[in-house]
Amino acid sequence: MLTLEHVTKVFYPGTVNEKLALEDISLTVEQGEVVCVIGSNGSGKSTLFNLISGTYPVTSGRIILDSKDVTHQPEYKRAFTIGRIFQDPTKGTAANMSVEDNLITASRKGMRGLGISLNDKKRAYFRELLGPIGLSDRLSDNVGLLSGGQRQALTLLMTVLSNPSMILLDEHTAALDPGNAATVMNLTQKYIEKYSLTAVMVTHNMQFAIDYGNRLIMMDEGQIIFDVSGAEKKKLTVERLVQIFKEIKKKEFATDRGLLAI
Amino acid sequence: MIEGIFVDGLIFSIMALGIFISYKIMDLADLTCDGSFATGAAVAAVCIKSGLGITLALILGFAAGALSGMATALIHCRLRIPGLLAGILVMTMLYSVNLRILGGANVPLLGVKKFYTEVPRILGFLPSEWASLAGTIAIVLLMKGLVDLFFRTDLGLSVGAMGGNEQVVISQGMNPETLKVIGLGFSNGLIGFSGALLAQYQGFADANLGTGMVVQGLAAIMIGDFLFSTNRISLLTLRVILGSIIYKALMYGGRKYGYLVGITPNDFKLLTGLLVILSLAVAKARSGASDRGARRKAMDKVAAKANGGCNADA
Repeated sequence: MLTLEHVTKVFYPGTVNEKLALEDISLTVEQGEVVCVIGSNGSGKSTLFNLISGTYPVTSGRIILDSKDVTHQPEYKRAFTIGRIFQDPTKGTAANMSVEDNLITASRKGMRGLGISLNDKKRAYFRELLGPIGLSDRLSDNVGLLSGGQRQALTLLMTVLSNPSMILLDEHTAALDPGNAATVMNLTQKYIEKYSLTAVMVTHNMQFAIDYGNRLIMMDEGQIIFDVSGAEKKKLTVERLVQIFKEIKKKEFATDRGLLAI
Repeated sequence: MIEGIFVDGLIFSIMALGIFISYKIMDLADLTCDGSFATGAAVAAVCIKSGLGITLALILGFAAGALSGMATALIHCRLRIPGLLAGILVMTMLYSVNLRILGGANVPLLGVKKFYTEVPRILGFLPSEWASLAGTIAIVLLMKGLVDLFFRTDLGLSVGAMGGNEQVVISQGMNPETLKVIGLGFSNGLIGFSGALLAQYQGFADANLGTGMVVQGLAAIMIGDFLFSTNRISLLTLRVILGSIIYKALMYGGRKYGYLVGITPNDFKLLTGLLVILSLAVAKARSGASDRGARRKAMDKVAAKANGGCNADA
């Protein structure tokens, strides 16, 4: 379970470039929930992920993961519970190493010792895992030789291999062609079900956000402006979603005008 | 004479292996080498002088180098300054440290037991130069084995993964700082060990021993890159060793016959630098070509599979 309590992030505080990226976000994601996050560019989705996974420190507020305060924990420690997949397919794998070396590196969490884990038994296991993504005969090829779609599928496999309880997917199919994107997305859904993962997923595809998962969050200008789950979410349509977005924006605009008038 | 080139090249190759770890595997240009090489030599020379024995001298040479590398890694990680600058800082500071260890500009090792007096004595049935070569080969194989083994372990693989993509090891819950300290420690340990061996071979340790070593090591690695292509660690390290020997042979050739074209040993640094630049340029051109080659190979594989599938159906 993930809880954010009044989390705020300000970039370059005290300078002319000061930017409020996230404003007083409070959010609770229950175990097993699959949350789709939508919002325009610059609305704070990626910043939110960076704060949850610990890439950036928060400016204020608290982050609680599985009832433990992780606000000041470094990224690599939070990685024990959080798996993260980036939009850029090159970010999740080491291109200079073979597929099997990447998999063995990803097969568990934490610092390693001088043991040698890679053996024929492991190789057979990896071959089996790689079957669904069509890479079983490429164990000893360097990852740099794989295509973007293959790398992203491998990243996904590497992420679930070490058993995180929660995964953050940052538009992880956006850089792929439609065919590969569909394959990787199907794989994602399969893994989420198979390992009963909690997932938070950023997507630009509104229809997908409506169809998939059991909760939808809309972000705008560093705030969560709409949060819907369960039966209410099922009833949504893309048109309705756009309408809601416009209504919320208009209300703000109106109050702004009201303020200026005074 | 030829044995001399081989011994020289093999001792040098241990240092090149160290640079290979930082430059190729960890993707970190580490300049500590210029200092840690001389530190290894200085520590070993002082050890031997004070009668601590050859084995301990080599081990302490390795340890002194390793500590220097760890210092660089810690400065780089903790203060978040670029690795290049951290290396230059440690290298510069080590110059003073080396003078302190040596107690002067150099320490001669004459008339004392050292690796290259004891090995010929033990292998008395061989001419002394060949015995030295045999001893050096054994040591180099041991070090190569150590590197090969390390990069097959889970820890070694993680160091390699960090070199390829730091995010991968962070995502696996490993602190990249720790891996850098371990990697640069091992790398400079080998460099210090190489210095410790060289001091015993040439019979003295000198505070200036390490000057220009990084570039020479890079040149050796790049010569090796041209020999054959592989992604297996045991062949990668073999390539570094062969490259080192070829580099030393080239330098020997330059010293011996360079006068014919008006080259003196004073020009070697320039030539080594040019060799590195040339290698980088050629490697860049080649990597583009081999990328295309690999893609074609992969396509062929897929096509062959598709054909195979059709045949099976028929």
